[in-house]
Amino acid sequence: MNLQLNPDGSLRHLLTLDGLPRTILTHILDTAESFMDVGEREVKKVPLLRGKSIFNLFFEPSTRTRTTFEIAAKRLSADVVNLNISTSSQTKGEAILDTVDNLAAMHADMFIVRHSQSGAAHFIARNVAPHISVINAGDGRHSHPTQGLLDMFTIRRFKGEFHNLTVAIVGDVLHSRVARSQIHALTTLGVPEVRVIGPKTLLPTGVEQMGVKVFHDMEAGLAGCDVVIMLRLQNERMKGALLPSAQEYFKFFGLTPEKLALAKPDAIVMHPGPMNRGVEIASEVADGPQSVILPQVTYGIAVRMAVMAILAGGATA
Amino acid sequence: MKIHIRNGRVIDPMSARDEIADIFVAAGKIVGNGHAPADFHANRTIDASGLVVCPGLVDLSVRLREPGFEYRATLESEMLAAAAGGVTSLACPPDTDPPLDEPGLVEMLKFRAKNLPGPRVYPIGALTQKLEGKLLTEMAELTEAGCRAFTQADAVPTDPQVLLRAMQYAATFGFSLWLRPQNLSLARDGVAHDGAVASRLGLPGIPALAETVALATILLLARETGARIHLARLSTREGIAMVRAAKAQGLAITCDVASTHVHLSENDLVSFDSHLHLVPPLRGLRDRDAIREALRDGSIDALCSDHTPVDEEVKQVPFGESTPGASGVELLLPLTLKWAREMDVPLIQAIDLISWKPAQILGVPGGNLAVGSCADICIFDEAAEWIATPKTLASQGGNTPFLNHAMQGQVRYTLIDGHIDFEFAH
Amino acid sequence: MPASLPDAHTLITRLADAIAPTITPNTFIVGIHTGGVWVAERLHAMLRSTQPLGTLDISFYRDDFSRIGLHPQVKPSTLPVDLEGRDILLVDDVLHSGRTVRAAMNELFDYGRPASIRLAVLVDRGGHELPVRPDFAGHTLSIPSNQNINLSRLDDGHLTLTLA
Repeated sequence: MNLQLNPDGSLRHLLTLDGLPRTILTHILDTAESFMDVGEREVKKVPLLRGKSIFNLFFEPSTRTRTTFEIAAKRLSADVVNLNISTSSQTKGEAILDTVDNLAAMHADMFIVRHSQSGAAHFIARNVAPHISVINAGDGRHSHPTQGLLDMFTIRRFKGEFHNLTVAIVGDVLHSRVARSQIHALTTLGVPEVRVIGPKTLLPTGVEQMGVKVFHDMEAGLAGCDVVIMLRLQNERMKGALLPSAQEYFKFFGLTPEKLALAKPDAIVMHPGPMNRGVEIASEVADGPQSVILPQVTYGIAVRMAVMAILAGGATA
Repeated sequence: MKIHIRNGRVIDPMSARDEIADIFVAAGKIVGNGHAPADFHANRTIDASGLVVCPGLVDLSVRLREPGFEYRATLESEMLAAAAGGVTSLACPPDTDPPLDEPGLVEMLKFRAKNLPGPRVYPIGALTQKLEGKLLTEMAELTEAGCRAFTQADAVPTDPQVLLRAMQYAATFGFSLWLRPQNLSLARDGVAHDGAVASRLGLPGIPALAETVALATILLLARETGARIHLARLSTREGIAMVRAAKAQGLAITCDVASTHVHLSENDLVSFDSHLHLVPPLRGLRDRDAIREALRDGSIDALCSDHTPVDEEVKQVPFGESTPGASGVELLLPLTLKWAREMDVPLIQAIDLISWKPAQILGVPGGNLAVGSCADICIFDEAAEWIATPKTLASQGGNTPFLNHAMQGQVRYTLIDGHIDFEFAH
Repeated sequence: MPASLPDAHTLITRLADAIAPTITPNTFIVGIHTGGVWVAERLHAMLRSTQPLGTLDISFYRDDFSRIGLHPQVKPSTLPVDLEGRDILLVDDVLHSGRTVRAAMNELFDYGRPASIRLAVLVDRGGHELPVRPDFAGHTLSIPSNQNINLSRLDDGHLTLTLA
C-alpha cells in the first residue's frame, strides 16, 4: 500500500519523493511554473484555496521553512494557522495524535508537518481523517520533499533538461533529509550521474544503493559537474567524533572558487540554506555568478503553491 | 487427575520418537507412553486424533511485566497467553522495575506466579545491581531464591572489567550467564539495522558491529574464565559465524534467536510501522537467511519469542520514539512451524528448538515425554489456520508485527504439571 | 437548431467590423485560454491594435476547482501592460454559463483596476447562469444544455466550430 497515492495514482499526501512516479514530479514542476508569475502581480494571490484551512504543524522549529509554506498558502488564499509545538512539551507521542485530532475537529484541510523523527509525517498521514492531506516539511533525516522539488525546479530552470546532467551533492549526506529527497528526485527524473561527496563519517551505509556514485575526494567528485549542491553542516557534528573541526572540514570539503573551477564552467551552485559561510561554502562562491541560491528561495514558494493546489484539488493529471 | 491422550502423533525430540501413540498422565507425571499402566482409569480422555502431542514449549524469554509495568500487561494476562501458546515453562528476564536484582523480588515473583494458572516461571536474575553494569548482584543468594541464570538484559556491561569479573564470579559457582551481545556505544541512538534500508529511511542505524564487537569480547572472556555462557538473541550473519567457529573450537556455549527474526528483515520497515521496532533490530535479508540456515544445521540451539508486551500508546508514535519490542509468546509455535515448512525441516527438529533444547539450556524439568517426567504437554493442530488479531491473542500487548497475518498451527490443549491449563474453545 | 454552424472566420470578421469603431489607443485586447486566445489573435491582427496581446488562464480562479482539481496544463497569464485605467476588450470563444468570464474578471482585477471591460465572444450559445452578457457576439443561438459548442484549430491553423 502506498500511503501517499490515491487508488487512481494521484497524489494524496506528499511525504517523500522516494517511489513517486516521474509523471507526478513533472506535473508538480509544471504546475509550479504556472504559479511563478503570481508573486509579481499587484495582488499576489489567486483564490484557489479560498476557505481552506492549512495548519503549519511544526514539532521542530524552523521559521524559514514555515514562512515559505505560509506565504505559499496565503498566495492561494488559504487560511493559515501556525502551531509551534516545542519538543520539550511534546514528550509523549500520544500528544501528537491528540494534537492532530484536535486540529481535525477544527476542520483542517491540510497539515504541513515538520518533526525531528524520521517517519513522523507518515505516522500522522496514517492517522488523519480521509479529507486531510499531509505535506511533509521535513522529518528527521528521512525526507524533505518540497525542498527536493524546488531544487529540481531550479535545476530545470537553469539547465533545461535532466537527462544529460552530472550532479554532485556535497557534505553531510548522513544527517540530510534534503540530500535523500534530492537523490530520489534526480534519479527519478533521469539524471544519469548523481554523485555524493563527503568523508566516510558523513555518508550513510549503503548510500550507493540509492543510485549514486560515492566520492571521498572533492576534487575528483566535482570534475565535470553541471550542478553542485552543498549541504549544511551542523555545528554539533563536531561533537560526536564525526569530524575534528570546521576548519579541517572546510579545507577538504568546503566549496571554494578554486574547487568550483574543476566543475563545468557553466555549473550552478545550490544550497538549501541556511548557509554556514566558511564552513561548507566560501562567501565568494555563495555570492558569486554561478550561485543560484537566492532563486532557489523564490522558486520554493511557487513549488509549495503547486503541491498545495494539487493536493487540495484532489484530481490531477 | 488421570488423563488419557489418545491416538495423537507423539513427537518427543529427546527420544527421537515420532509415532501415533497414547500418553497416560497421572499425579502430574507421564505414567505411560504407548501402553497404559496397570489399573489406569482415566478421569478425562483427550482424543488427539489428527493432532500432534509434543513436550510443552520452553520459551527462553517472556516478559511478564511484573513488577513495575503492570499497565502494559499483567502476570495473569501474560501467563494465560503463554499457556494458550503451548508454553509450559518460561524464562523471565530481569528488566522489570525495579529489576530482579534482589532475592526478595525474585521470591515475590515466584510466589505470585505459583498461585496463578499457567507455565512454570523461571526468573533470570540481574547480573549487576539495578542493571547498571557496575556492581555485581548477590548471584548465589539469587540462585537460592530461584534464579536460573544471570543477564544484563538487552546489552552486555559497557565496562569489560565488570564483565570479566562477573564471569569469574559466576564460574566460581557454576552459574550461567545469558548475554545479549550488544555493544551499547556502537548501538547508541540507533533504532534500525545500519544498512541500505535505514539509510534510505533516515533511521539512525545500529551496525552489525554492535553485535560482533560485543560477541568478540564475550567469547574471549568466556574462553579465559570458563564461565557458562548462553548467547541471547543473535541477529547477524557475522555473529552466527563467530559462534559457529567458537563452538567448533570446543567452547561450550549455546545461543538462541527470536522467532520474529526468522521471518522478518529490514525490508519490512519501509512503512515506518513501529511494531517492527525490535531489539535487536531486524537485520538484512542475508542475516535472516543465515539465521534460518543456522537453525537447520544446529548452530543455533533454540528459538524463543522474546515476548515484550507494550501498550499501544508507546507504539502510536513515530518509529524512533516508539518503545521497541513485540509480543509473541502465542506466535512462537506457528512461526517455528512456518520456518520448518519453508525450510523443509522435519517437525521433530522444529519442536526440538522450542522444547527439549531450551529446557536443557534453562536446566529445568520438562521438554520431553519420557515416562516419569513431569506432564508438561502441548497438543496442537499442525494444519489449523487462524489470524493473529487482538481478539485471537490472549496477551494484553497487541503489539505484534504479525497483526492480521495468517498463522498455521494452533494449540488445542496445554497440560502443565498434569493439569489442563489451556483448552481451545471452538 | 442549426444543422451546420457558421464558418468561424466569417464570424470573426463580423465581430471585428462591429468592434472596430470602438477601438482606441487605450484598448487592450485579452484572450481567454485556449479558444479565446485564438479568436483574440485574429481580432488583434484585423483591428491593427498597437498594444500587445494579453492572454489569461483562469484555472486558478475557477469556482469548480475543489470538484475537478487543477487542470494539468495551466498556461501562465501574460498581461504585458499595466491594466490600471485601461479599456479592456475581453475575448472568449463561446459564452455559456458566464462562469469563465466571472473568473477572468476576478483575475484581471488582481492585476490592476481597468477603466472598463467589454466582452466579445464568437458565439453566445445561451444558458447563462450569471448576469453576464456580451457587448459583441459573432453569433447568437440557443442550444440544449446537454450539448456543447467547441472551437478547435486545425493543423493548417483554420478555426472551426463543432457541435457535440
